[in-house]
Formats: sequence, C-alpha cells, structure tokens
Amino acid sequence: MREPSPDTEVFGILAEFNKPEALIAAVKAARKSGFRALDAYSPYPLEEMPEALGFREETIPWLSLIGGILGAGTAYGLQLWTNYAYPIEIGGRPIFAWQPFMLITFELAVLFAVLFPITGMLLLNRLPRLHHPIFDVEDFHLASSDKFFLVLFSNDARFDRRRTSHFLEGLKPVRIAVVEHTEEPE
Amino acid sequence: MSDMATERDIRIANKPARIPLRFPAPRTWWLCFAVSLCLLILFFVAATVLLLEGIGVWGLNIPVNWGLAITNYIWFLGIGHAGTLISAMLLMLGAHWRNSLNRFAEAMTLCAVVCAGLYPILHLGRPWFFYWIAPYPNTMTISPQFKSPLSWDFFAVLTYLTVSILFWYIGIIPDLASVRDRARTRTAQVLYGLAALGWRGSAWHWARWRQAYRITAVIAVPLVVSVHSEVSLLLAAGPIPGWTSTVFPPYFVLGAAFSGFAVVLMIAIALRHMLGLADLVTARHLDLLARFLLATGLMTAYGYWVEVFDTLYGGDLQDVETLLDRVTGSYAYTYWSAVIFNFVPLQLLWFSRVRASPTILFLVALSVTIGMWFERYMLVVTSLYRDYLVSSWGSYAPSFWEWSLYAGMLGVFLTPFLLFVRFLPVISAFEVKEALRETGDLEHA
Repeated sequence: MREPSPDTEVFGILAEFNKPEALIAAVKAARKSGFRALDAYSPYPLEEMPEALGFREETIPWLSLIGGILGAGTAYGLQLWTNYAYPIEIGGRPIFAWQPFMLITFELAVLFAVLFPITGMLLLNRLPRLHHPIFDVEDFHLASSDKFFLVLFSNDARFDRRRTSHFLEGLKPVRIAVVEHTEEPE
Repeated sequence: MSDMATERDIRIANKPARIPLRFPAPRTWWLCFAVSLCLLILFFVAATVLLLEGIGVWGLNIPVNWGLAITNYIWFLGIGHAGTLISAMLLMLGAHWRNSLNRFAEAMTLCAVVCAGLYPILHLGRPWFFYWIAPYPNTMTISPQFKSPLSWDFFAVLTYLTVSILFWYIGIIPDLASVRDRARTRTAQVLYGLAALGWRGSAWHWARWRQAYRITAVIAVPLVVSVHSEVSLLLAAGPIPGWTSTVFPPYFVLGAAFSGFAVVLMIAIALRHMLGLADLVTARHLDLLARFLLATGLMTAYGYWVEVFDTLYGGDLQDVETLLDRVTGSYAYTYWSAVIFNFVPLQLLWFSRVRASPTILFLVALSVTIGMWFERYMLVVTSLYRDYLVSSWGSYAPSFWEWSLYAGMLGVFLTPFLLFVRFLPVISAFEVKEALRETGDLEHA
C-alpha cells in the first residue's frame, strides 16, 4: 500500500473504534464502497484482517524459499570448492563426500531461509522508520493498547475531505480526526 | 476484544508493557543483579587467567581432553533449545497458552546460546584465533576443514544464535512499540522508539509480520533438532567407546528439551513471584509446563534404557566395558546422580497436587537441571577416561579455574537475562491480547 506523499493536502482521515469487529466491518465497508488506499491499526494481529483488506501477497514465503535455496547452494558450493582447492587426503577418504557436507548445507539453508523473509518483511513494511504522520494524532498511542483505527488515505481516487468524513461518520466510530502531514522531517 | 473479555483482562494483558517503565520489584532485582555482576566479574577473571596461562590451568589432559567446558557447552545449548521449542512448536500447534511463556523462554535461549558458544571458543587453546574456523579469504591460504565437527559446530551455533535473535526480536517489536507509547520520559520514548523501529500496528504490517513470524517458527523447530543432533555427532565422530550409539541424536535432543523445560519452569516461577504475574502465568501454565517436563523426562529415560540395551545387544567388548565403568567405575557417582536427580523427584509430577505447588515444582526442576548436568558430565568423562589401551587410561578432575569459569558463566547467563527482565516486556502482551480475543479468557491465553 503506497502511502500519501507529503505534497497532498492532508495525510488522510482517521476513525477510531472500540472493538476489533467494528474495525473489520469498517474496513470491509470502505473497500466495498471503492476505497483502496487505506490502512487499519490494531494492537495485535486480527485473524480476519488480511482477507478484509484484500491482502494477497506471497512475497515473503517466496523470499524464504529463495533464501533457503541460495543458502544451501552457497554452503554446498563453498564446501565443494574448498575441498578441491585445498585437498587434504586423510587415509584415502574421498575428497568429495556429500554426507559431511550436508550439515553445513542445512544450517546455511536455514539461516538464509530466515534472514530473507525477515529482511523482506521489514523492507516491504518500510521499517525502520523514525516518524510517521499518524503518530501526531492525539490518542493514537492507544493503538498499541486497546483501540482500533481506520485511516482512509488522501491519495485514494475517491478521497474528498468532506465526503470521506461523512462516509466515516456512517460507520459509527468513536471519533474522527484529520491526519495532517507531519511537520518534522521524515 | 470479544464481549467476554472484560476491562480487567485487558488491563492485565497490558501489564507486561508497564513493567519496564514502573518496575515492581526494584530491590529484589538489584540484589539478583549484584550477585550476577559478581559472577560476571569472576568470568572475566577466569577467562583472563585462561588466556594468559593457557589451557593448562584446566584439569584436562590426555586421555580426558574434554571436561567441564564441553559438558557445559552441551548443557547450556540444550537448555536453550526449550525456549525455541516452546515458542515455535506451540505457535504452530496453535496452543494459545504459549503466549504467556514464549518471550522470557526465548530470552533464556539467547543467554544460554551465548554461554554455550563461548565455551568451545575458550577451549580452543588459542582462542584469539577463533575466527579461523570461519571461511574467509586470507593470505595464509588456509581454509576450514568442513568435514570436521568443529566446523559444523561453528555453523550450527552461529545459525542458531542468529535465528533465535531474529525470532525473538521480531516477536518483541510490537511490544516495544507498546512500551514506547506508554513511556513518559523523553529518554525512554526515544530508546524504546528506536528499538520498536517505528512499529505502528498497521494491518498491512501485521499481515506480513505474521507470515515472516510463522515461517521463522516453522524453520526453527527442525533447526533445534539439527543443532542438538549435530552436538551428538561431535561425540560420535570420534572412535570412542560409549559415544557411538545410534540413539544419540534423539537422546540428546530430548534431553535438551527436558533440561530446558526445567529451566523455563524455574524462571516462570521466579518471575511470576518477583513481578506479580500470577494473572498471566497462571497455575494452568505451571501445570502444563510440569506435564511437558514429565513427558520429556520419560522420553529421556527411554534414551538411558536404549543406551544400555544397545550396548548389551551389540555386545562390543569395549562398549560393555564402558557401560560397566559408567555404573560401577570411578565416575559411577555421576551416572547415578544423573539417574536419581533426573528421574526420581520427577515422578512427583504424576500428582496434580504437586503440579499445583510452585515451590515443589521449582525444586523438581532444579533437580532436573542438576541431573542433566551430571548426565552431560558423565557422557563426556566416563567414555574418555578409559580408552581401548590400558596405556591411555587416566583420570580427570576439574581444576579451580574450570569451576570458576563455570560459576562465572552463570553470570554471563544471568546478567543479560536480568537486564531483559528489567528493561523489556517479559511477556508477549500483544499475543496474550490476541489469544484473549480468540479464546475469551486469560486462563487459556
């Protein structure tokens, strides 16, 4: 989800909810009425949210697979190359021995299969990030406690300050707030 | 929150995020921290003596050239495995009760792996060249011997440490954000804010986070099995009687889980008492941990039995000799200590009333921790002190500096762990809240 750039008028409009079910219903309603640029904030992952949000990414599982293959290949290749480049013959044992090579192959496959998706997760999420406009909203700190927030972004084609506010009112939130662009450098 | 979850439940679930900001037991904490700092100083002294004088300050010699260092390496690494198993395996099984335990169990893993990793390095003889085990381009035209267990060890421990750190860290990010949002002082806001990487609980973030977290969990379980199997192969790679039983890999992995669950149980009881977390780490959690301890204990006992059966069934003279040495030789006390400490008090856990008593549970877990240490010591020493030839028979007793290093290593374990307890959320608050929503009460969360 591409977030609004600082040259838009505002960042978006936020609605606060008390219950996760209300947030999920709100996300579904917003998507149903055509909003695509939106985000929801909750203190913990909500089982139904990815579906409600239309989240269908599979980048992270694929990254893990690619990482695993790369790791295994790197380890096996490294051991193969080393054993031929620096051959040590001990008691006539073969230079190429796949059995002892498998341990390091497995370990590096695991290492890369974990490093890739986690790095990918952070990059796709644009984290780490020092500041975000949403942090300037009063009471947003409750998003990590027990409140639920929906934001409709200003870069959505359907976004219009007055009409979007009106639409959000219809979802019966606790309150509505306009999220300004942050004044501090991003 | 679902309707069943009350305000009170939510307040309790938020508790872990409040603890770092207003620590409830500063005096107890400082006392523990002072002790662990003393131990840490002892570690630095013992390690300095070792570096200056060489490995001769230890009681090792031929034939017993693995002593306390390798014993403790296996012991610490094994303890660490329980953290990963509780966290990753139970996540995959959808056992919500894990959420009250996984955070500090994983922190325990990190501290234990650091201790485990230090031991082989200090054992190297010339520890300042430890990086020679890593494959890197160098002007000496040397390269690691990848067919050597030492090299496997390097990769296994390094991978395990990295994966454990990442798994723990991405798991703690949302709670760090929670602490940041509650922090009142500027310093705390900035420090927790930096550590939280700007997490804001976005639904898109959660969705990707969940994928990455679950993938890591799925991979971490076979990793644990591989790492401790590899440790058992360290022993099996040498032609030493008593180290070649095929039961070794599963025997080691289960023993690791057994000792680790014991330590997790002790930590759970201690933290619950110290921080007043009885609402989160409930009697049910202790009961379940005790059941796990009993189950893994019985599996470990099966390993003991198979080891004996295997030796007698195989009938190799030297192996039978080693078995006799274990049960009647000069180190028979280690074998019988292992059997008694590991399995006798354990039988108390069959009774539900015992499982409800934190004090008895703590003592049983302590006994298991000691018993498993004796087991590792017995496995290492009893096989080595009588080799095939009478000319290579010898004995071993750990020296003063080995014991000092052991005591000091407990400081290496405790110091970062206590810092974690003081400054970070010890229980995964957001996962407890998630489970609270799905199950409706804290008892199951």
